[in-house]
Amino acid sequence: MRGEATRIGDGINRVDGRAKVTGQAKYAAEFEAEGLLHGWVVSSGVAKGKIATLDTSAALAVEGVVHVLTHENRPRLAWFDKSYRDEDAPAGSPFRPLYDDAIVYSGQPVALVVATTLEIARHAASLVRVTYKTEEHETDLAARREKARKARPGKGGYEPPPKPRGNADEALAKAAVKVDAAYESPAEHHNPMEMHATTVVHEPDGALTIYDKTQGVTNTQTYVSNVFGLKPDQVRVISPFVGGAFGSGLRPQYQVFLAVMAAQVLKRSVRVTLTRQQMFTFGYRPATWQRVALGATAEGKLEAVVHEAIGETSRFEDYVEVVVNWSGLLYQCDNARYDYKVAELDVYTPLDMRAPGAVLGLYALESAMDELSYALHMDPLALRLANYTERDQNTDKPFSSKELRACYAQGAARFGWEKRLPTPRAMREGNKLVGWGMATGIWEAMQQKAAARAVLSIDGKLVVGSGTSDIGTGTYTAMTQIAASILGLPIADVTFKLGDTTLPPAPLQGGSWTVASVGTAVKAVCEAVREQVFKLAKKMKGSPLAQASLDEVIFAGGEVRLARDPAQAVSIAAAMRAGEAFTLEEETSTLPQLQEQAKYTRATHSAVFVEVKVDEDLGKVEVTRVVSAIAGGRIVSAKTARSQILGAVVWGIGMALEEETLMDHDLGRFMNHNLAEYHVPVNADVRDIEVIFVPEEDEVVNPLGAKGLGEIGIVGVAAAIANAVFHATGKRVRDLPITLDKLL
Amino acid sequence: MSASERTVATEGTTAAPATSHTITLTINGAKKQVEVAPWTTLLDLLRESLHLTGAKKGCDHGQCGACTVLVDGKRVNSCLTLAIVKDGAEVTTIEGLSAGDALHPLQQAFIDHDAFQCGYCTPGQICSAEGLIREKRAKTADDVRELMSGNLCRCGAYSNIVAAIEEVMGACTRERDGRGNGQGRHAVGGGRGEER
Repeated sequence: MRGEATRIGDGINRVDGRAKVTGQAKYAAEFEAEGLLHGWVVSSGVAKGKIATLDTSAALAVEGVVHVLTHENRPRLAWFDKSYRDEDAPAGSPFRPLYDDAIVYSGQPVALVVATTLEIARHAASLVRVTYKTEEHETDLAARREKARKARPGKGGYEPPPKPRGNADEALAKAAVKVDAAYESPAEHHNPMEMHATTVVHEPDGALTIYDKTQGVTNTQTYVSNVFGLKPDQVRVISPFVGGAFGSGLRPQYQVFLAVMAAQVLKRSVRVTLTRQQMFTFGYRPATWQRVALGATAEGKLEAVVHEAIGETSRFEDYVEVVVNWSGLLYQCDNARYDYKVAELDVYTPLDMRAPGAVLGLYALESAMDELSYALHMDPLALRLANYTERDQNTDKPFSSKELRACYAQGAARFGWEKRLPTPRAMREGNKLVGWGMATGIWEAMQQKAAARAVLSIDGKLVVGSGTSDIGTGTYTAMTQIAASILGLPIADVTFKLGDTTLPPAPLQGGSWTVASVGTAVKAVCEAVREQVFKLAKKMKGSPLAQASLDEVIFAGGEVRLARDPAQAVSIAAAMRAGEAFTLEEETSTLPQLQEQAKYTRATHSAVFVEVKVDEDLGKVEVTRVVSAIAGGRIVSAKTARSQILGAVVWGIGMALEEETLMDHDLGRFMNHNLAEYHVPVNADVRDIEVIFVPEEDEVVNPLGAKGLGEIGIVGVAAAIANAVFHATGKRVRDLPITLDKLL
Repeated sequence: MSASERTVATEGTTAAPATSHTITLTINGAKKQVEVAPWTTLLDLLRESLHLTGAKKGCDHGQCGACTVLVDGKRVNSCLTLAIVKDGAEVTTIEGLSAGDALHPLQQAFIDHDAFQCGYCTPGQICSAEGLIREKRAKTADDVRELMSGNLCRCGAYSNIVAAIEEVMGACTRERDGRGNGQGRHAVGGGRGEER
């Protein structure tokens, strides 16, 4: 069998691969329970107002319908907002399903039909009759832009825009060359392939076992406990496999609320799965308007950066994300000013979606940089290099590491950037216009507190666990690899467990921080086990390691070996037997080295190079080639790391060319709420994508030196594509997605 | 507000609706008689009644391909297929693609090429790829991309999916041409390949 490598950095096959290709991996809606009932959600048909009448009699008359939950018959719920807050909640009052008769957005759940079979529940749900007293709604960001206001901070990880430096507006007015443009991007929905689902098992003692689609089991556990007044130890949340999430599972969504409520009321096990249409009735990437103005000297030195953004939010919460801040730290510029506001609309609260904020801010900034390069008659890459910075001017701190120059150099070389003809429309193949564009990407390198437990058995098997998740990112594989490497065990002898509140707690899986956070805890706990093994190995009668210290030995092949003479070795099993230890167990919690980290700005960087071919007659854009060069610190698991970037580039293609959730503002309702009309990239949309990981050492970010890769791959891609489209066609499209109608 | 006035009154009485019919399916090689309502889709039958949850529901509208299974050797969206009209058919799901511990070559190739991330679309991708290979329509990587475009992968593993399928397709071609190394075996539950 392949995949016996145990070193950090090797490209091994996914350890959960076999479960996934054989259909054995179980997702939230696939767990069984005795007498399981099925819930089907009834969604509101209007955007704002009150429920006037809600008639469930026809639904209840259907044979097999057990109950219809509504705001009129719901059980008592927590009173205070804080009970409904979760780890990713922004400032405001979180939405409460079935709380009262108020309708605050279209698609809001208004009833849950619970029946003995899925089909009966679905049919009966269509019989629930709801009438509304409607009120005027506002859902159009463009119409509400003037009413935008300062956002309330309060969401974890959010940094308000930095204070301005210099005088950007004055410098802009005086600049020899300037560009000033607005960029717009629509609402986008995460649309993981697995729809949100929860199976709640009502245990005989009244405790709940909840199989939930979530990016954090602890988050769901806390939320359910607080909202329903349960003790956390009565609520076990399990989530071994998550069919994609991309941020959609960062907050407990209403299906878990409704499934728990039904289980509590009926004292039965209940499953609620949302429909694909209902996947458009909670968080999404907010529609955002941006203005970027850049001023430069005739030689291309940046003199002024102005970046303003307005994002949509709901009436009840201030969703915030870091959109504009990046513009003051990516390039050297002494005059910078930022503005970030939110506009309240009658919609659900937006939600973090892969590289939230950065993906938008960098789309605008890197489009503007491209526009500036043409205004300067300068190569786009040369312009970036002319304004390269080794210091984050927003905070006046150095970067803990920054190999962006190497990204530019290696990416450009692999792409063949030097062969680019500078003039738009200069390159073509038959009736296809060829365009080459590039952009820079940046994302934070973060670390959170995390805990892990490790148990080494005398048979040489190691089980490590932490309550993190694997949404497809490769957590299982990366953690197994870290653990195996530290104890020198074959991959097959190491099992990593996650997605269970009985395991030591881990942060939400988001922000690209899982390897940095959970990986650090796994490393620490395995090192603690290693120390225990070493002590036993030393103590053995006649041990060849009696005089050795820990840094003089290596762990390999199930043995502790003297580094300078590997023949001098003690097997782990023998050491444990001699020490009468059948198992060795450790549990550790790790924290970031905040003091040291605070001295630096910690970030991943990327350079993305894109080739598009645009059909001159039809305006159809094909992304034929992408080279993405990433500086992400140390790569822990090479194969899954590459897949993270490949997938994120595909997301960038979707963002640039396809994805847009269209609102009918008369109805205040998303129109294309399905996968036929909400376009995501399909196989035929994706051609050659090459990923380069630039070597990058970093001892500040965390003990592994890994910076995280979940988000960086998408940042910059939409701008690189938009820039390539301009290069191909001479048309600058400043509102995403770049659909063919905008090129004709 | 209190808990419901009307709760557990009618439960348990409708496990088998009056309109249900008995059909016979050969599922992963085993002949089964199952009771189905006329509106039950093949996907819901597999997932909810037979607990074969390898076939996934991603849209329930034939838009994503996650539910792809092989019916009489051809790939179909099981969410758009009423179970009752497939009386007598042979159905192969991801659970029945390989026999025993040995993986089907596509399953192994998907692992080797990391042709998935979250794994949710994967059973559908693999069943679809098996259907594609049986169709013998794809000659190039571009053909594979086009003919696999009914199977969405939101994680964006497409280039690895194409690489995995190409590897197995190449092995199949070699086997047909008498240059095989035995890696190209892709027999599925006795289904019939479509000649074109």
